[in-house]
Parts: sequence; structure tokens; C-alpha cells
Amino acid sequence: MEDLNDKNFEEFIKKHKIAIIDFYADWCGPCQMMKPVFHEIAEKFKGKAGFERINVDNCEIAQKLGVMSIPCFIIFKNGKEVDRIVGGMHKTDFENKLKQKLE
Amino acid sequence: MTPKKETAKEYDVIIIGSGPAGLSAAIYASRYNLKTLVLGTTFESMINEAHLVENWPGEKSISGHALLNKFLEHAKHYGAEILEKQVSRVIKTKDGFEVLVENEKFKTKSIILTLGTKKRKLEVDGEEKFIGKGVSYCYTCDANFFKGKDVAVIGGSNSAALAALLLSELCKKVYIIYRQDIMRCEPVFLDKLKKKKNVEIIYKTNPKEIKGKDKVEELILDNNKKLKVDGIFVEIGGAPSSVLIKELGIKTDDSGFILTDERMATNVSGIFAAGDVRKNVLKQAITSSAEGVIAATSVYKYFNELKK
Repeated sequence: MEDLNDKNFEEFIKKHKIAIIDFYADWCGPCQMMKPVFHEIAEKFKGKAGFERINVDNCEIAQKLGVMSIPCFIIFKNGKEVDRIVGGMHKTDFENKLKQKLE
Repeated sequence: MTPKKETAKEYDVIIIGSGPAGLSAAIYASRYNLKTLVLGTTFESMINEAHLVENWPGEKSISGHALLNKFLEHAKHYGAEILEKQVSRVIKTKDGFEVLVENEKFKTKSIILTLGTKKRKLEVDGEEKFIGKGVSYCYTCDANFFKGKDVAVIGGSNSAALAALLLSELCKKVYIIYRQDIMRCEPVFLDKLKKKKNVEIIYKTNPKEIKGKDKVEELILDNNKKLKVDGIFVEIGGAPSSVLIKELGIKTDDSGFILTDERMATNVSGIFAAGDVRKNVLKQAITSSAEGVIAATSVYKYFNELKK
């Protein structure tokens, strides 16, 4: 998993029917803790959705999308935001929320 | 499908919760040669979110995240096993306990509960609606999104003071809303806050409602004063998460904090408790660590009694 940037962000969310993007920063403790969780879930949902991360310090898209709390996981369907999950949480809780929102 | 493992791994002590109390207990328990397992997710530890810890002896100033990582390394160094997983259930058995984690099961003769607390919410109108849209429970995570803006911090503790100090470096104006008539943070923090020209403390006041269209725009106080703010940082302490505690029949006070004796023993034989989850007089990393150490020592003694 390589970080997205302002240039390839649009392309990624349009390429995948469902895309889940993790907006994070290096100075955010809960973001660091969610990194392995996000990777694990990405592996589990392989083929069902595209998973990528983007560093809020290196992009303008976070501000454009009004990200004000991180970690923030934004769910896109056909390139459009449909929902977001905010904050650090347990793997099972994250997975359940994601499943619920993808239904 | 892979068949479930029938043989559960056995430990002398399982510590549930991996903050300062749990990891300090783990260091001591390992050095007592107790087979020790720590379960729990470190990101939930309150200290993980403190942008600076300035009162830990030997560390003049360190981020909470960095300090917690040092605790983790220290506990691992002396042989404690650490598993970043959520405990779903604890079952009392004839000779100890079974601890269920996702699809794994562990056996142990004793348990130290260092569950900490979950951040309390304001419970006012508009709070839920604006989570992630101006309402924040982690100032270290979110302060940077409010550069040049006006914000409010709710609370009077060290965490509230630290949040206001960090935000005052980035924001145009920082209000502190506190229900008492003097901040309960360390005086050194209050002195720093008083020197900040863009910090205003509003005492004897509570938030009543959060308003806005797509994001936070206004905070209404219980004196009906309205503050135009873009961000609201909630730092009003924590409450214990109660499920495990109730299931095990552990005695608590009315607010759900675990009652123990001076050895950190609960009313359930073999279960000890330490740190923020316990009814105590101070909720700080250093006091939690000390309680964890006492709990580990009590487990060691309990274990020796069992062997006799």
C-alpha cells in the first residue's frame, strides 16, 4: 500500500467502485495504532473495495473534503463520498462499522 | 475451515489493559518470573493522546505516545507477552479464569484489570452530529485542522489545559469552558495559560448546545451566551467501561470505578485492579504505574499462596 497524493487521489476513487481512504498524520497517536488494523481489513476485503492511505500533511484534498478529525476513513462509491468513520477503534468494531456501511 | 485449537495457552497472570498501569504491572510481574500476558489496545490509553508529559520523573518533556512505547519496550524486554487485541469475555473456572479474545482462548490463575476509562462525552444537543465536523476528543490528532480559527476547550484538568496550550499556538482564540471556579490543572499550567493573550477562561459555565449547518459554528452555554467557534475539544475526563467488570461481579462505586483493598485486590479472588479504572484519588500516569506495581506484587504473593 503506497500513500495517495493530490495528483492520483481522484483517479483512485474513480477506478474502484468502492474506495476506502484512511486520512492520517504521523503525529497522531490513534492514526499510528490504526495503521495495522487498516492493513488487515484491506487484506480481508480484497477484491471488494480499494484501500489506500493519504497523509493529511502532504495533501490539500483533506481540507477540501472538510476532514477535521483523524484518523478519518472516508468511503467513496463510484468516486463520491457516501460515509465516513472517525476515530481510532478496535479491529472488530472497525470491521463491523465498515460492513454496516457497505451494505 | 481450520479447526479451533482446543488447548488454551496458560499464563500465571493476564493483564487486561495496556496503559501505564498495565505495562508497569507487566514489568514487575515478568521480573517476578510470572508468565505474563498483556491484552488490550494501546491506542485506547489516555496517555497516548497527551501531546506532552512533563511530570514523569526522568523525562522533562516527552509525548505520551513516545512514553507509552518506552513502557511497551520495557515490558517486552523482561519477557511479558503483549497482544494488541480486545478481550470479549472473562469466564471464572474451577482453578482460575478463561479469557476470550476474538477466536483465541487463554487460561490464567490471576487477572489484573487495568482497563482505564473511556472519554466522557458532553451529552449535549449537536455533539453526536458534529463528531469529526468540529467536535473532537483528541486535541493532538485534530489541533492542526483549526489553524487561525476560534475554538473552545471544555474541562479544567491537566488534559484540558494541555489542549488549550497547544491550540493557543495555532488558533486565533481559545476559550476554556469550565464548570468550577478555578482550573483544577497543575498551577504551572494555569500560569502558562494566564500568560496567553488569546486564551479566555470562562468559569462556572457548562456547554448547552452545539449548532451549525454542515460543521460546528456556534457553542451555546448554559448562561445563554453564544460563542462563535469552529472547533470544540472535549476534555472532561473519563468513565470506566463496565461490561467486563459487571460480568465478573466486581464491586464498584456508583460511578463504576472498581473498589479494591490496599493490595489492589477486588472482591473476586484472583482479580486485582489498578490505574484509572480503580476508585482512587488521582488519575495520572505515575499513580497508575504505582498501582500497577502494587497489583503485580500482590499477584506474586497470591501465586505463592496458591502453590502452598
